[in-house]
Amino acid sequence: MDLAPAGDYRSSYREDMTIFPTRNSRIAMWLGLALLCAAPLVLGRYELGLLINIGTLGIAALGLNILVGFTGQISIGHAAFFGFGAFASAWLHERWHIPVALCIPLAGAMTALVGLVFGAPAGRLKGLYLAIATLAAQFILEDFFARAQWFTGGVAGRITEPFALGSWVADREETYLYVVIAYVVVMYAAAANLMRTRDGRALVAVRDHYLSAEVMGINLAYYRTLSFGIASLYAGIGGALYAHYLLFVSVEAFNILFSIQFLGMVIIGGLGSVMGSLMGAAFMVLLPELVQAGADALSGSAIDRVLKLGASISFLREMAVGAAIILFLIFEPDGLAHRWRLIKAYWKLYPYSH
Amino acid sequence: MDWTLLLQLTLNGLIVGALYGVVAMSFVLIYKASQVVNFAQGEFLLVGAWVCWWLLTEWQLPFWAGFLVTLAFMTAFGLILQVVVLRPLIGEPVISVIMATIGLGIFFQALMKWIFGVFAKPFPPIFSTERVNVLGLEVQPVYLMSLGISILIMAGFAWFFTASKHGLAMRATAFDQQVAQSLGISVPKVFAMSWAISAVVSSVAGIVVGVVNGVSSALSFYGIKVFPAVILGGLDSVAGAVLGGLIVGVLENWAQYLDAGWLNWGNMVTIAPFYALILILLIKPYGLFGTKNIERV
Repeated sequence: MDLAPAGDYRSSYREDMTIFPTRNSRIAMWLGLALLCAAPLVLGRYELGLLINIGTLGIAALGLNILVGFTGQISIGHAAFFGFGAFASAWLHERWHIPVALCIPLAGAMTALVGLVFGAPAGRLKGLYLAIATLAAQFILEDFFARAQWFTGGVAGRITEPFALGSWVADREETYLYVVIAYVVVMYAAAANLMRTRDGRALVAVRDHYLSAEVMGINLAYYRTLSFGIASLYAGIGGALYAHYLLFVSVEAFNILFSIQFLGMVIIGGLGSVMGSLMGAAFMVLLPELVQAGADALSGSAIDRVLKLGASISFLREMAVGAAIILFLIFEPDGLAHRWRLIKAYWKLYPYSH
Repeated sequence: MDWTLLLQLTLNGLIVGALYGVVAMSFVLIYKASQVVNFAQGEFLLVGAWVCWWLLTEWQLPFWAGFLVTLAFMTAFGLILQVVVLRPLIGEPVISVIMATIGLGIFFQALMKWIFGVFAKPFPPIFSTERVNVLGLEVQPVYLMSLGISILIMAGFAWFFTASKHGLAMRATAFDQQVAQSLGISVPKVFAMSWAISAVVSSVAGIVVGVVNGVSSALSFYGIKVFPAVILGGLDSVAGAVLGGLIVGVLENWAQYLDAGWLNWGNMVTIAPFYALILILLIKPYGLFGTKNIERV
């Protein structure tokens, strides 16, 4: 057996920075991936659609987590960048006839550039002032989407083409899931490894104590702007994947509520946790389903007739998002990732946990 | 140049700007007293306006009674929010507190849509709608009332902070919490009081806007317009908030004039303040009149 010891016995930096502490955890990761790849054999299209949404939103949420959780900057405009990625990919394909497979990373790069433009002032701002500046970015970009007919198709929105690689076309959930899985693996591996480099550690230092970081020779403005660019890159790629899944992008989708949902994912998943971003995305995708299921279970009953549950399901979903954010902040500020660590610790020490 | 139109728009801007100023003032009140950035300020307007509307239409209360009951309700509302949601978060990082108020914002916005629907509903007529002539410009009396109430609230704030015991306690707490505590001021009480006052004052602004334009979820946008105003005026200055509100009100009306006359972009009335905000932050990261924090390791 290859188990983690019930204590901290790491004696080198290499051991401390390893992503998989034991062989079993590496095997578990590969098993999980294999299970996901086998999902189209078992699950229906609806459930696969949920998985795809978790993947696309999870990539964007990871970007936001790098910004908020690792660098300590805040952004209330993430959905606008997500939307920019979606439109950029659609536009690149329609205007320049670039194959969709290339459009997605290119859209990510374009969004990163836009993020750097908005990130340049952000390099000097922090905390509350940054929150307000990104709020302004959200409204300015939303306004740009509504106005820039050449780019977004205006109010009519834009129809996108399905993902294709040679003759293989991923136009159904069963096939598109593999595209999303591939991107999730690449983006998550990149983020996990970023945190082991000098740049990643610099970001964390900026978060923990930016004055000390600056004293130690870390260029604050550079790393804050860099972090904004990385977050936008992730948002852009997530958005592009989202666009080629739905095959239609509408201007109204990327509003402030969507931005808040991204922040919710990061908080619920756990600030500063790579895998937590995915957990948070899963939570945010499944929460409306849970609300829907609850409303369906009550449909026709007296409660339903008095409260009009069925007709106002979208408001109930919004309320659930708001309530989830508040409850997590009060009762579990470290998020699901922390809860998961506690569960693991419980089993590791069982039955001698006290 | 159409001077009459420009003057009319400036007047409109001042009237709306005074309301922005009132909301910004109640935002600054919370920030000064408890260092919480309240992203749910707009929802105070929304909740207050809907409650008053409900009392007036469903219960057929006369305006003054409905108004007073609403104020009482908003006092309790602000107190409960502070005690239940914000108090457990004291000492948490800024981001957590910001997120909690954002969560509160979307919760109450959705709740109001659920209870009262998504369509704007008019208040029962309270004032005559005949226009009066002020300096050659046509103005509805409702707008004059709105301006009057705004000025009244501002004067009330000025009195509260300079002469009343509670106001002084609040300023002491804003200056230094430990010193305030050692002087016998109950800091938790001051926090709760700041939220209650802020909720009440915002709801008055909400009712005024509701009487003028009808009540709808668009009211909560006032809470977002507060940010350009406070960035202009400085986060911790009550007088600056009023000035910032007036500037934003006039600015967006001028932007509309420019837009209608030459640019034809559309939507400038909502977006212009945000462009101004980004520009100001580019040049002065702490806002125009904000105090620059000097930090030491």
